[in-house]
Amino acid sequence: MDLNAFGRGAAQACSNSKMSDAEPHTGTTIVACTYNGGVVLGADGRVSTGNYVSNRASNKIMQLTDNVYLLRSGSAADTQAIGDYVRYFSEQLAGELGDDPSVQTIANLVGTMNYNNKNMLMGALLVAGFDKHSGGQVFGVPIGGTIVPEKWAIDGSGSTYIWGYMDSAWKPDMTREEAEGFVTEALALAMARDASSGGVIRTVTLDKDGATMRYVGGNEVPLFHEELQPPAAAAAGTASMVVG
Amino acid sequence: MSGIGTGYDLSVTTYSPDGKVFQTDYAQKAVDNSSTAMGIKCKDGVVLAVEKLVLSKLLVEGSNRRIFNIDHHAGMAVAGLQPDGRQIVNRAQDEATQYKSFYGESIPGSVLCERVASYKHAFNLYWSMRPYGVSSLLAVHDKAAGPQLYLVEPSGIAHRYYGTAVGKGRQSVKTEIERLKFDQISCRQAVVECAKTLYKVHEESGKPFELEMSWICEESGWKHARVPAELVAEAEQQAKAAAEESDMED
Repeated sequence: MDLNAFGRGAAQACSNSKMSDAEPHTGTTIVACTYNGGVVLGADGRVSTGNYVSNRASNKIMQLTDNVYLLRSGSAADTQAIGDYVRYFSEQLAGELGDDPSVQTIANLVGTMNYNNKNMLMGALLVAGFDKHSGGQVFGVPIGGTIVPEKWAIDGSGSTYIWGYMDSAWKPDMTREEAEGFVTEALALAMARDASSGGVIRTVTLDKDGATMRYVGGNEVPLFHEELQPPAAAAAGTASMVVG
Repeated sequence: MSGIGTGYDLSVTTYSPDGKVFQTDYAQKAVDNSSTAMGIKCKDGVVLAVEKLVLSKLLVEGSNRRIFNIDHHAGMAVAGLQPDGRQIVNRAQDEATQYKSFYGESIPGSVLCERVASYKHAFNLYWSMRPYGVSSLLAVHDKAAGPQLYLVEPSGIAHRYYGTAVGKGRQSVKTEIERLKFDQISCRQAVVECAKTLYKVHEESGKPFELEMSWICEESGWKHARVPAELVAEAEQQAKAAAEESDMED
């Protein structure tokens, strides 16, 4: 994982030197966590080009099949392309199998793309899903093409700030509510400290009954140490324009 | 036997007026003239068995394999033209390793069957090469569907079976195993049944034959493996005894 921070750091240093040279990248926080009966995935919403936030409410969670999702961090273009290819191959495979592919198979496809094109791509991805053979699963697929099954995983620039929190707060066999709270809390903490992460929180919970998407708007994201509450007017949803 | 085609049988790309492709039928004949191979899907696994006629005393026992590993979890018994069969085995092995390399998991039985079948079928459709004179009995175990038995014919037709046989003695074998309760029989019992059946249908009792058997079951760690020699020997004992008994009844 250290190598990825190095790679990402080097790429960010290059991209931040001149905003016009920088390509949009998902300086991001992504989190995925298994629980007793499924898996919860979460991501922030900020896409930035240098210091300019090009999208403050983007969706970094990409659906690959009915039961497997991809969390994207790194280059926005690269990760979207990888996701599109894997979605295509997964659909073909599902047709051949006559059934949903396993989460491991999808993770392998993502890893294959990352590995075979490692000179060109910069995508640090998490693959998370639920299949009937092995339940909820999380795979880390960092830059380079490693595939690592984990109980929980984080990635993106914001993840560096929450390793300690994850290590101390994660416990096995959480309930669905505990896991959703855990993921949301982790994202909010990272978004508080990482300049490249922020905006909104999106989560997806996968279990045997399917997927549930949740959205936490910018003014509902949990706040921490010395963070300012959003203004009352904004919270109520009314915008006041000053004319003149 | 031959000469029925009269001009419509010269190429696999020619239909006969009554809708047959004679080259495909002739390929099937090559299989029908081979020694018998059979398979049984039991409640807890799959068993394959082949009657190997010993053509000469000069041959080393156990050589001339008829059953091959396609992958750890899949095996193939070959009936028909043996050199053709070797090619089919190689192709199936390639399909299995490529699938694993790309998808990261073992090739499922239905997919492997489909790949072998479409490969064989191509040779029934295009002009340049003759059809393979081979029928393949595939024994596979995967997580999704458990133990499976497939038969792929020279034409590319493929079905999934509880029990089947190909080669000279196929009719007699199929009649014998029809009475079995496939959802109750265990692999160990099936090993004995296969031995008994093959001994029974082995026509020229003067000519010696070797029994080659393989299985996929819990005892083999769900891997395709040869049935242990002691079990084969024991099954042969029981088979010989049963054959003598029925001889005495005559």
